[in-house]
Amino acid sequence: MAEPIRVALFVTCLVDLFRPTVGFAAVKLLEDAGCSVTVPALQTCCGQPAYNSGDRGDAKAIARQVIGAFAGFDYVVVPSGSCGGMIKTHYPRLFADEPALAEQAANLAARTFELVAFLADVVKTTRIDARYAGVATYHDACSGLRELDVKEQPRRLLKDVAGLTLKEMATPEVCCGFGGTFCVKYPEISDKMVTDKVADIAATGADTLLCGDMGCLLNMAGKLSRLGKTVSVRHVAEVLAGMTDDAPPIGAPREKR
Amino acid sequence: MQPTSQAFKANAHQALGDPNLQRAMGMMRTGFPKNRAAAIERLPEFDALRDEGIAIKNHVIANLDFYLETFEKNVIAQGGKVHWCRTAQEACETVLGICRSLDAKTVTKGKSMVGEEMALNDFLEANGVTPIETDLGEYIVQIRHESPSHIIAPAVHLVKEQMAESFRATHTDLPHARSLEEPRVLCDEARAVLRPKFLAADVGITGANFLIAETGSSVIVTNEGNGDLTQILPKAHIVLASLEKVVPTLEDASTLLRLLARSATGQEFSTYTTVSTGPRRAEDNDGPGEYHVVLLDNGRTALLGGEFQDMLRCIRCAACLNHCPVYGAVGGHAYGWVYSGPMGAVLTPSLIGIEQAGHLPNASTFCGRCESVCPMRIPLPKMMRQWREREFEKKLTPKTQRWGLGLWAYVAQRPALYRLASGVTGAILGMLGGRHGHFRSLPFASGWTDMRDLPAPEGKSFMSLWAERRKA
Repeated sequence: MAEPIRVALFVTCLVDLFRPTVGFAAVKLLEDAGCSVTVPALQTCCGQPAYNSGDRGDAKAIARQVIGAFAGFDYVVVPSGSCGGMIKTHYPRLFADEPALAEQAANLAARTFELVAFLADVVKTTRIDARYAGVATYHDACSGLRELDVKEQPRRLLKDVAGLTLKEMATPEVCCGFGGTFCVKYPEISDKMVTDKVADIAATGADTLLCGDMGCLLNMAGKLSRLGKTVSVRHVAEVLAGMTDDAPPIGAPREKR
Repeated sequence: MQPTSQAFKANAHQALGDPNLQRAMGMMRTGFPKNRAAAIERLPEFDALRDEGIAIKNHVIANLDFYLETFEKNVIAQGGKVHWCRTAQEACETVLGICRSLDAKTVTKGKSMVGEEMALNDFLEANGVTPIETDLGEYIVQIRHESPSHIIAPAVHLVKEQMAESFRATHTDLPHARSLEEPRVLCDEARAVLRPKFLAADVGITGANFLIAETGSSVIVTNEGNGDLTQILPKAHIVLASLEKVVPTLEDASTLLRLLARSATGQEFSTYTTVSTGPRRAEDNDGPGEYHVVLLDNGRTALLGGEFQDMLRCIRCAACLNHCPVYGAVGGHAYGWVYSGPMGAVLTPSLIGIEQAGHLPNASTFCGRCESVCPMRIPLPKMMRQWREREFEKKLTPKTQRWGLGLWAYVAQRPALYRLASGVTGAILGMLGGRHGHFRSLPFASGWTDMRDLPAPEGKSFMSLWAERRKA
């Protein structure tokens, strides 16, 4: 029997703190696809908050930590296009003027994939063993879409989820207004953007919103909840892994057991 | 123009509360992207054309001195004159000098963003020369005493009812009760009002989309033909152009024109493309008596060889504005100076200083839609981030943000401490918010919770659950 593919999971700070279920869903999907999954203990965050705030020094320090923690695995898989894009696209740029680290960053970048793209394009998962009764609409998170070309892969895999119908919103590629620290630095503009996004979501009549990035999900779920709209919000991995019974939708009350 | 970019947040607040502006921007947000997408759909080689266009501009930027000198030589050979101006003030003085030499009372103007950069209208008016904008959108913002809010659609922030109101207030010799509901009627009225002004003008001023080195020509594109009347009828034609507008040949210009119209309005070509070469010759039926090119630097040469050099490739199509969700939310005036949207967020700090324009490169989610539609593939998000780095180095970033970031970065570089912090935070917030699943307000997070609920963490962090599972 072939050796299993050795995958390291980069959990991401938002999944770690807000939504462990997504981490476990990622582990299940990867194991179902024949991978052995390790979660390196020395991970914290990808460094994007520092990088996007102009703090290159701290961004580099954190990137070095990630490069070290994830050395030696066949692949590094991230349930986020944003953090995935940081490692894959931006780490090599961060070390452009330090040849030794640039090489390590390029090596890591080449092995790093966003979860759904990894499943669809690298291990070419053919069997998604999940069931979800509902009509879902899918928001294309910006970094995954524009930095990593994540577009049709989630849609392709979602087709195999029994009971699920996908209904596209008018502008799935328009930013939801999260933007990391942007949403608290410019809250009024962010609010306008997420208000428009939520209207677009509501106009589809879908009962479920899916997306591959926790930041966007927290933002959209928070706005839907504030406006009293009953749309179930979930990370796409939860649905693909058939783990929607493990946790209530994002921002929804915990059911009494 | 006195920049108000420092007041970006207040400007944005005002724009978000302006129902007319919001209605106008709502139309803009759907119209432009739809038209661009359709135009590009019809041109399968668009990406190859993009690469060709980029190569042309990169070549020019690398050889700018050569092409500018060639351009000047050929302008002179055609009987025109080039005025090299380092600053906006020098350029204003030059234009005024030409107007005075012809004893000019009125000048007609085609659309020019370089003219806005120079604040030329205010300067001419203060010196007894009356400028008349002839582009419909520019005319509307001029009679409203506003500035253009978009580089190709100056009045895009207005709804047609506001335009009608301004026409009624300005064209007082026309019957007050006339109907001005149809855009066509507004257009006809502007045309009728402007016609005698075209004929009476002493000097015509236009911008330039391109300067052609090999022929010494300037090129403008319009959809109204106003540029042609502006430049052909008066005694002199003055072209205002920033120096990166030069391209080697007419062939190069046509490559870029094919990209420009599609990216801008979704047209295959603008309605009018006008090539102007020198003043009227003896055998010409019409044309200006003099042809001047005011070549403005205003900080651009300082970008050469630096980290913002790619910005000089910009052909001012406005695709980045048209696709930017931040621009679409607040409109162009919020940016507080001539250029807005993503290209403005990069260019404005270069031209007026990051101290003045610090908000602009920060007011972006880095969604990347601008770069994806830019015909010149200018890495706009990357350059906005570079500005943030310059701000961080100069300690211009707000103190609370620096401290917060510093604390977070300290913890993020100590995985054990981080584990502890995220574990405790998750457990506490999960416990407090678990019943509702979200928080309606939270101290220290009002930036978030003023606008939206904060979904509560599930409880224990992934890393602690993972560790428990490993032990079990």
